[in-house]
Amino acid sequence: MSDLVRLSAAELASALAAGDVSSVEVTRAHLDRIGAVDSAVHAFLHVDPVGALAQAAAADARRADDDDFPELLGVPVAVKDILTTKGLPTTAGSRILDGWAPPYDATVVTRLRKGGQPILGKTNMDEFAMGSSTEHSAFGPSHNPWDLDRIPGGSGGGSAAAVSAFEAPLAIGTDTGGSIRQPGAVTGTVGVKPTYGGVSRYGLIALASSLDQAGPVARTVLDAALLHDVIGGHDPLDSTSIDTQWPSMAAAARAGDVAGLRVGVVKELGGEGYQVGVQARFEETLTLLVDAGAELVEVSCPHFELALAAYYLILPSEASSNLAKFDAMRYGMRVAPEGVALPSAEEVMRATREAGFGDEVKRRIILGTFALSSGYYDAYYGQAQKVRTLISRDFEAAFAQADVLVSPTAPTTAFRIGEKVDDPLAMYLNDIATIPANLAGVPGMSLPSGLAREDGLPTGFQILAPALQDARLYAVGAALEAMLVDRWGGPLLDMAPELTVED
Amino acid sequence: MTTTELVAYDDAVARYDPVMGLEVHVELSTVSKMFCGCATVFGAEPNTQTCPVCLGLPGALPVTNKKAVESAIRIGLALNCEIAEWSRFARKNYFYPDMPKNFQTSQYDEPIAFGGHTDVVVDGSTVRVEIERAHMEEDTGKSLHVGGTTGRIHGASHSLVDYNRAGIPLVEIVTRPIEGAGANAPAVARAYVAHLRELLRGLSVSDVRMDQGSLRCDVNLSLRSSPQAPLGTRSETKNVNSLRSVERAVRHEISRQAALLDAGQRVVQETRHWHEDTGMTTSGRSKEQAEDYRYFPEPDLLPIAPERDWVDELRATLPELAAVRRARVQIELGFTDLEMRDVLGAGALPLIEATVAAGASPASARKWWLSELARRANDAGMTLEDLPITPAQVAGVQALVDAGHVNDKLARQVLDGVLAGEGEPEEVVAARGLGVVSDDTALSAAVDRAIEANPDVAAKIRAGKAAAAGALIGAVMKEMRGQADAGRVRELVIEKLT
Ligand SMILES: [Zn+2]
Repeated sequence: MSDLVRLSAAELASALAAGDVSSVEVTRAHLDRIGAVDSAVHAFLHVDPVGALAQAAAADARRADDDDFPELLGVPVAVKDILTTKGLPTTAGSRILDGWAPPYDATVVTRLRKGGQPILGKTNMDEFAMGSSTEHSAFGPSHNPWDLDRIPGGSGGGSAAAVSAFEAPLAIGTDTGGSIRQPGAVTGTVGVKPTYGGVSRYGLIALASSLDQAGPVARTVLDAALLHDVIGGHDPLDSTSIDTQWPSMAAAARAGDVAGLRVGVVKELGGEGYQVGVQARFEETLTLLVDAGAELVEVSCPHFELALAAYYLILPSEASSNLAKFDAMRYGMRVAPEGVALPSAEEVMRATREAGFGDEVKRRIILGTFALSSGYYDAYYGQAQKVRTLISRDFEAAFAQADVLVSPTAPTTAFRIGEKVDDPLAMYLNDIATIPANLAGVPGMSLPSGLAREDGLPTGFQILAPALQDARLYAVGAALEAMLVDRWGGPLLDMAPELTVED
Repeated sequence: MTTTELVAYDDAVARYDPVMGLEVHVELSTVSKMFCGCATVFGAEPNTQTCPVCLGLPGALPVTNKKAVESAIRIGLALNCEIAEWSRFARKNYFYPDMPKNFQTSQYDEPIAFGGHTDVVVDGSTVRVEIERAHMEEDTGKSLHVGGTTGRIHGASHSLVDYNRAGIPLVEIVTRPIEGAGANAPAVARAYVAHLRELLRGLSVSDVRMDQGSLRCDVNLSLRSSPQAPLGTRSETKNVNSLRSVERAVRHEISRQAALLDAGQRVVQETRHWHEDTGMTTSGRSKEQAEDYRYFPEPDLLPIAPERDWVDELRATLPELAAVRRARVQIELGFTDLEMRDVLGAGALPLIEATVAAGASPASARKWWLSELARRANDAGMTLEDLPITPAQVAGVQALVDAGHVNDKLARQVLDGVLAGEGEPEEVVAARGLGVVSDDTALSAAVDRAIEANPDVAAKIRAGKAAAAGALIGAVMKEMRGQADAGRVRELVIEKLT
């Protein structure tokens, strides 16, 4: 393996700035790594070597011409296949979009291009981001580089796997109920869900519009912060984008400090139902914080218990409407019903949706259609919105007592592929600790907290901050990461098994 | 389709009390669409005014057009509505190929304007129509069904969709039930839509062209046995798209429902299609088959909370209210109530006002637009506005008459020339050689010839019988093939013989 792919994005940026290496070399090293390991990992649905190398060459030229350039100029990135990329296939992990090349870039992608970051390719995901394992991808699951028989989390398992397998230094994920943070936890990487409205959703194929948020996936907190600075900020194309001046996340990460910090431990997130090794690493990490001068406060968020139920009404409701546009009329797959001579538009829609959507997607469309129907709306969607308000109030009360809230990111380490795929409820429980942040719109980060003693697999530590206080996540996360790396004697990913490399 | 014998209209309204509700869709004339920057020009090449947003491409997001909100608020204010301090868009979910997202972004229980009224003049008396609400929504695309005989989906081999119209801003204005109109219901319906059209035109928020679909009307109608009885079951007749059709559709539904009720049958709650050719409605979708639209608040858009200051500013920009304005204009133009009604009915008021502004007298302007031009528009199947002649040109024709350059008969030929695209009235006169002969030398010679040829008549005039001059004038006009100013001829005859 080339040493280049083991460097962090910040290190690559320094090497590029110093002229020690070119973006073309860095990009080629990552493309080679993808070629060597991705048949085993399956992090990517589509790799774009020609485009990525051309963008790398352009980045090198720009650096030669100009003194003033973005910090991550020339550092390649992978993009979750749910963000539109002009001219590059975008499937959202679904057959129904197989072969579609969007005519426009998502705002996040536009910003990556403006920043001169070569796009290596599009990463695998559960179909339309519905899932916690990538097993619901229409194109087959991704594999966890720590144990190829295990899931890399989901829905953004492809982005997390790509970063943890050193196929990309950085990746973009999206998080509707934990799809950035939970894959981060089970692959030993860092993932951040920004404040709702902090990163533009324009070009993000909507799962649940009021919950979806794109964010950075990286191997270090600083790298995530650098990427956040590139993709974040107000976008007039997204009406829910917040028009404010955001502070530099990278500056916050570099200044990282936890002295005097009030850390709220959420009583409802942890303990019973959480794997022993996950809970143990979480508690050890708390001790590190205390040793560094932080103060622990136990906080209670009583309505978090209702979060999962509310989430599984709001998400399917919005999804049932968002996914109605996939009807074979204008783009994507078109299936003619069998045995019908002159099928009507409606018959074609039905046949296409039947063939094009997977079971989990159909399950949620049916659920959402039901929850919104007249006569049931108040009992389901209406009730769920009330719970959502209560959860926001729980957060407000908790943040009155603490600067950040913490919990294990996911209740377990990576499970085996196939273990939960037929048990939707067990699958949904993976997001029990991450969902409240999406319902309330507050930012959250997951960073590695070690390996569970019983299975030797990564565990995640979640930090939550009040809305708009994303920078606080990076300050706390970076300080904590430094202590953990110090204890481990190096990055956690150094302990991951070497992947068999194909020539 | 079951055909029931219709009940004669007079008979129906003698025994049943009609209650109407009118839903009018107004396409706003904003430069860009409701939720994207696409242009809204009518008649552009199909699918040339589209983008990821109005095509509903995956990932695209809407951004509300502030100008459209402004128009909606001004419409609400002009209809005496309250403007909501907080209003939201909702998604109306149903599948249809001409709807790109398979949901329409509309407003549901939180409209921008509600609780208003407007006063409509019907046959000289004022009827107050209560406005339930005015809300914003986006238009759908347009399907073209190919291969069938009727242009309808039935029998077509395939359909084409034009998304240029998808996302054009609409305001839907919904009345509260209009009660107590009795036999006058069709006239009230027509007058309301005509009144709304004029009001909207005054606000400059829409082209209000019913023939182009920028003003569309749905007619809800039910019958009950008496004004005291509870409301009956209503039918909803969709897309009634001319003033005349609004009147006819109400009339037809009254007769049709009366027949059902007479036969002891029930009126089915359903949507009905209006057929311009037969003047009938046919059954569409019944309530039992009706879609459940699964409305929920649009999560991609922020609520609309118009600042009170802004609303007050917009209130200050409202043009004179239509009724007040109409009364003032009627006095200024000196029209009788009957004349005014004809003018309004023909939709000619703005044209007549413009013609008067260009120098014509109100009476002559009214005469040209309601007789000659109305006839030509009718023959060509056009509206008055569509005629290729401007109010200034009509005033120009009248000026030629007033100056004695053409007489009425020639003036009609000048109109024909202008309508045929031959240029301004003066140019038509010159090109067609229509100018009356006012050269006294030529006229004088012609008069002399007429006197010579009619010595008896000349003698009578010399004897003081001026009334006899008509015969000589006729002879001169005949010789000049009509192209003479009859007044001047008379003067010359009298001059020469007295
Ligand atoms: Zn558009």
